[in-house]
Amino acid sequence: MTGSPPALEIRDLHKRYGAHEVLKGISLTARDGDVISILGSSGSGKSTFLRCINLLENPHQGQILVAGEQLKLKAASNGELVAADSKQINRLRSEIGFVFQNFNLWPHMSVLDNIIEAPRRVLGLSKAEATERAEALLAKVGIADKRHVYPNQLSGGQQQRAAIARTLCMEPKVILFDEPTSALDPEMVQEVLNVIRALAEEGRTMLLVTHEMNFARQVSSEVVFLHQGLVEEQGPPAQVFDNPGSARCKQFMSSNH
Amino acid sequence: MNWELIFKWLPRIAEGAWLTLELVAIAVIAGLILAIPLGIARSSRQWWLRSLPYAYIFFFRGTPLLVQLFLVYYGLAQFDAVRQGPLWPYLRDPYWCAIITLTLHTAAYIAEILRGAIQAIPPGEIEAARALGMSRAQALLHIILPRATRIGLPAYSNEVILMLKASALASTITLLELTGMSRTIIARTYQPVEIFFAAGVFYLLAAYVLVQGFRLLERRLRVDACQGR
Repeated sequence: MTGSPPALEIRDLHKRYGAHEVLKGISLTARDGDVISILGSSGSGKSTFLRCINLLENPHQGQILVAGEQLKLKAASNGELVAADSKQINRLRSEIGFVFQNFNLWPHMSVLDNIIEAPRRVLGLSKAEATERAEALLAKVGIADKRHVYPNQLSGGQQQRAAIARTLCMEPKVILFDEPTSALDPEMVQEVLNVIRALAEEGRTMLLVTHEMNFARQVSSEVVFLHQGLVEEQGPPAQVFDNPGSARCKQFMSSNH
Repeated sequence: MNWELIFKWLPRIAEGAWLTLELVAIAVIAGLILAIPLGIARSSRQWWLRSLPYAYIFFFRGTPLLVQLFLVYYGLAQFDAVRQGPLWPYLRDPYWCAIITLTLHTAAYIAEILRGAIQAIPPGEIEAARALGMSRAQALLHIILPRATRIGLPAYSNEVILMLKASALASTITLLELTGMSRTIIARTYQPVEIFFAAGVFYLLAAYVLVQGFRLLERRLRVDACQGR
């Protein structure tokens, strides 16, 4: 490896809910252009791990580095680590895209307004600049004709594509996908996966928590299998899917084919 | 029904109705402005910030408006400090006493409406704002308050209608608003049915206009489309 720091690096992340330790020390490095899929059964800590990266959940221990810059953390009275520098966390969050399972579009705004809100407020773009960016992205995710429509007038798949456009409009360095297709009917899953695939092919750095095993196998440069809060198996898709070392991972893979 | 009598006194009744509308309009607008910081504080995750406005809200929701009016109008004048204070020109005036009391009273209710509305926002929508890099203040200003406005608007319109009727209590501190004016006319004419009928029509009319106005506002803000999924 030469010089430039990885796009995203997580070191030894721990997270508890009460006495229950959900994450027991997870480390992960994503270099530029990596697409890392995170697999595992329900309750293995996948989503929690993803949400800890941009502090939607507060971890209890660990370090997070975005393009070599360490996120400053301090211990709160309840033992959780919270952002020590609110300016820094806001800036880093704007550089880390996050796509939610339930889209979380703002229902009182049109699709276009949903997309341009954060670029205007956070990046300080003018309305015209943000709109120009947004329109290009809407065309890219295939809902250019829906710009003035409100979220509740869209199908689930269209809502998720709008949410992806909203994230892309911030021009993030890394994008985190938290089960982006789990709330969709089977018919709409494909249209969202196609958008994510196109992003992968562009060389974007992405972390993807998913249950779409075939998809993960096709787009990933690396697959991580989580089990009971630990990385149980990690490697290129061919190895993790076809030749896993751990018994638990083998069982999981075989039950999903 | 003596229509002639009603028509004769109509201008005076309309005068009273105008004062009623003035009192209510000032109270619900000033109350809303006062309620915004209170409601935001009430929905805070910090317990001490949350509990600051609690005593205020507890008092104004827990005691009758009539008692509050009497406390301000009759009660404050007992204190020399108030009588010699700079606010005495206002506090001796029943008009300002009514405005102050109605405002403080409705602000307590509106603050609780706002708290409920803020807490009813799906947490994911706020997470989305923060995940895009918005600061707490930006999320509050650009996402949370506009969203809470839509959730709380039906309850706020209800509060405005309630205040329209509660403002009748201002007549007990000598104000000649719609109810006070009607009672004064009745004392002179001994015709309570006609005059109260006319007053009732004015209240209904005002309520109707308010309801329609809020309906338009709800449609414009797309309140229906924002509820649930």
